[in-house]
Amino acid sequence: MSFDMAQFHQVFFEESFEGLDIMESGLLDMDPGAADAEAINAIFRAAHSIKGGSGTFGFMNVSEFTHVMETLLDEMRDGRRQVTGDAVNVLLQSVDVLRDMLTAARDGGEPDEERVTAQRADLDRVLADRDAGVPVGDAPEVEGSTSAESPGDVQPIGWRIVFRPHQHLMRTGNDPLRIIRELGSLAEMSAECDIAELPDLESLEPEDSYLSWNLRLHEPIDKAQIDDVFEWVEDDCDFAVIPVMPDSYDPAATAQPAEPDTATADTDKVPLQAAPPPVERRDTADRRKADERRKHAGGATGASSSIRVDIHKIDTLINMVGELVITQSMLGMLGDDFQMSRVERLKEGLAQLERHTRELQESVMRIRMVPISFSFSRFPRLVHDLSQKLGKKIELKMSGENTEVDKTVIEKIGDPLVHLVRNSLDHGIETPEERAAAGKPETGTVHLAASHRGGNIVIEIRDDGRGLPRDKIFAKAVERGLVKADDHLSDKEVYDLIFQPGFSTAEQVSDVSGRGVGMDVVRRNINELGGAIEIESTPGEGSAIVVRLPLTLAILDGQTIRIGDETYIVPLVSIIESIQIDDSMLNKVAGRGETFRLREEYLPIVRMHEVFGIDEHDADELTDGILVVVEGEGRKCGLFVDDLLGQQQVVIKSLEANYRKVEGISGATILGDGSVALIIDIPGLMRLAKQHAGRSDAAMALTA
Amino acid sequence: MAASILAVDDSASMRQMVSFTLKGAGYDVVEAADGVQALNIAKTRAVNLVITDVNMPNMDGIALIRELRALSSYKFTPLLMLTTESSPEKKQQGKAAGATGWIVKPFNPEQLLNTVKKVLS
Repeated sequence: MSFDMAQFHQVFFEESFEGLDIMESGLLDMDPGAADAEAINAIFRAAHSIKGGSGTFGFMNVSEFTHVMETLLDEMRDGRRQVTGDAVNVLLQSVDVLRDMLTAARDGGEPDEERVTAQRADLDRVLADRDAGVPVGDAPEVEGSTSAESPGDVQPIGWRIVFRPHQHLMRTGNDPLRIIRELGSLAEMSAECDIAELPDLESLEPEDSYLSWNLRLHEPIDKAQIDDVFEWVEDDCDFAVIPVMPDSYDPAATAQPAEPDTATADTDKVPLQAAPPPVERRDTADRRKADERRKHAGGATGASSSIRVDIHKIDTLINMVGELVITQSMLGMLGDDFQMSRVERLKEGLAQLERHTRELQESVMRIRMVPISFSFSRFPRLVHDLSQKLGKKIELKMSGENTEVDKTVIEKIGDPLVHLVRNSLDHGIETPEERAAAGKPETGTVHLAASHRGGNIVIEIRDDGRGLPRDKIFAKAVERGLVKADDHLSDKEVYDLIFQPGFSTAEQVSDVSGRGVGMDVVRRNINELGGAIEIESTPGEGSAIVVRLPLTLAILDGQTIRIGDETYIVPLVSIIESIQIDDSMLNKVAGRGETFRLREEYLPIVRMHEVFGIDEHDADELTDGILVVVEGEGRKCGLFVDDLLGQQQVVIKSLEANYRKVEGISGATILGDGSVALIIDIPGLMRLAKQHAGRSDAAMALTA
Repeated sequence: MAASILAVDDSASMRQMVSFTLKGAGYDVVEAADGVQALNIAKTRAVNLVITDVNMPNMDGIALIRELRALSSYKFTPLLMLTTESSPEKKQQGKAAGATGWIVKPFNPEQLLNTVKKVLS
């Protein structure tokens, strides 16, 4: 029987990467010298599983590499080796190498052999470092006895086997009958049962075995095959395997390597010979070949995305579907024989249907939700490595790791978060000397926190470092021509400048915070996720970056608006307020388009019907329609629309996947009446409006 | 009726591989992710054979075998452990706990089926 092992590869890779994460976080938490036994055990188990799996599924290089790590961990686990900082570091690096090897195996690539070899050497060095070992008498290597072959050159014509099970043999789940039958399958056999040991019926224990057998195999099979049969019961029985020589053979003529087996003494009159040799490793060559074959078979498994879902979530879902089916059958019955008197029950049923549908929707959405710890888990390592590199003392605190967020959000938020945390470590936290001079504890703290607030998830990266250098940022912005030297900006506006493209205040671009890709990319990524980013900072006390993200990318809380006969959706998160304006608020500046005053701010007005080219619309005068004040990428504006219709959750359908990307539109949805409504992308719309205004100004200039 | 086999391993891929192989050969397979789960299953239903990994959280394979063997209904049931070549002492510990035998990792489906056939015949 053979089948494709590749079908298990995906699960194997998933759990192996999880195992690596367990190893990594376990190693990071490990205190050299005072390691917790259960912690080591957990790391060991993870390594052990990876080794077992990779061997079985044909990734021999991974298996061999992990074996060395496992050996090291095993010694630590048994207390035969002290947990040194050096060993932990080498193991951590090995985890990285292993991750590369697994990634390469998964994607069908080749691992960096040089790195693997170098790391192997490092591991071997630590392993060989006996000083770290707790002194134990070197256990002598048990060598397989080589004396067990039949004596001389003359081949036996068969075997005689004396088999006497110990009384308890059956209680190990083994069965003498099975063993005899197996021997019988190897060669033609005759058997003779010895009942001499059978006690009286009164003293007989029915669960014990008292019989012994004299067996004769009439074919000259390999002795190893016989030993294999007895492998599991070596210690639970006495047995002897005696070669049967051809009649012409004279035993005295050849040297006897006989070594009488004490355990098998006096079972028979025949002198027993040769204890069973320790079983040799099963034909490794054959197995290698098989592994090779499997390796080829499983070559083409690409990475596919999958998600692990808590069984409770599935149960809730099934429960919900059950409720829905009940409601449906109730409504069905009502419909079969409907009378107006039952209209109340119909309404009830419909209300129930609505409730269940909503609950079902929520439960389905919850399936895509995973704890943010998936994203946070990489930070302990990052902080550990970076703080060493930077020569800073930094403690990472994390809270709210179990906060759940959509899987797509998790995948996309990873890199921006890494960038923000790196920034905090690199620019925020001071060196121990600086901190001591400022009267702060030498160890800086970076706090990574996640929480649910309203329909959003809020992630905060807070440090107790030096805070953002307001003056430096301002000076740099002036130098870059982003602001004028005599502009008066609030602190917040100054901090917001770091999100401008190409802005970097680090006097020397370190290899930590990266170069080129700056905060503008971070902000763009977060905006693409429908989120927002804010900075708080107090000089000398630290700064905080607050990232706000929607819980899911599949559903959006929207405000439906009407322009003529068209319906659009504006994401509720971008809306600040909706107002009707009067003339006193309007302000027309020549050449700069229409603006209006909202409290102390002047905001541009975007006439939606102009941008989207809708000819038939109700309101021409700004005072007739409604202004929806929205914010995107830190800028605000008023959208001029005919009417507000209502708020509702909409399911986002990709426009790009079904049509093509449209500037100013982030997607589409289907409304209750079956019509399609476009969802407005606020930052995109603002860009579009700007171009539009530019064009109409130019057109006006031409006609003038 | 098909013989039922309890497959215990904390690694989902190994568990699936064992389970898939055995189901393909017509056995009835129940899975457990650690010793505690396995013991609970074994107590609530009759199982003809247990195949368990050794290194597992909560309760390891050796402890599981010891616990199972102490139950009257599992006195004679074949209990096999999955071990790696590096642990001859584990085999001894397993035997002392009452294991019937072992399957050495890495193994392929044929090896697994042959062994299972052997103990269930």
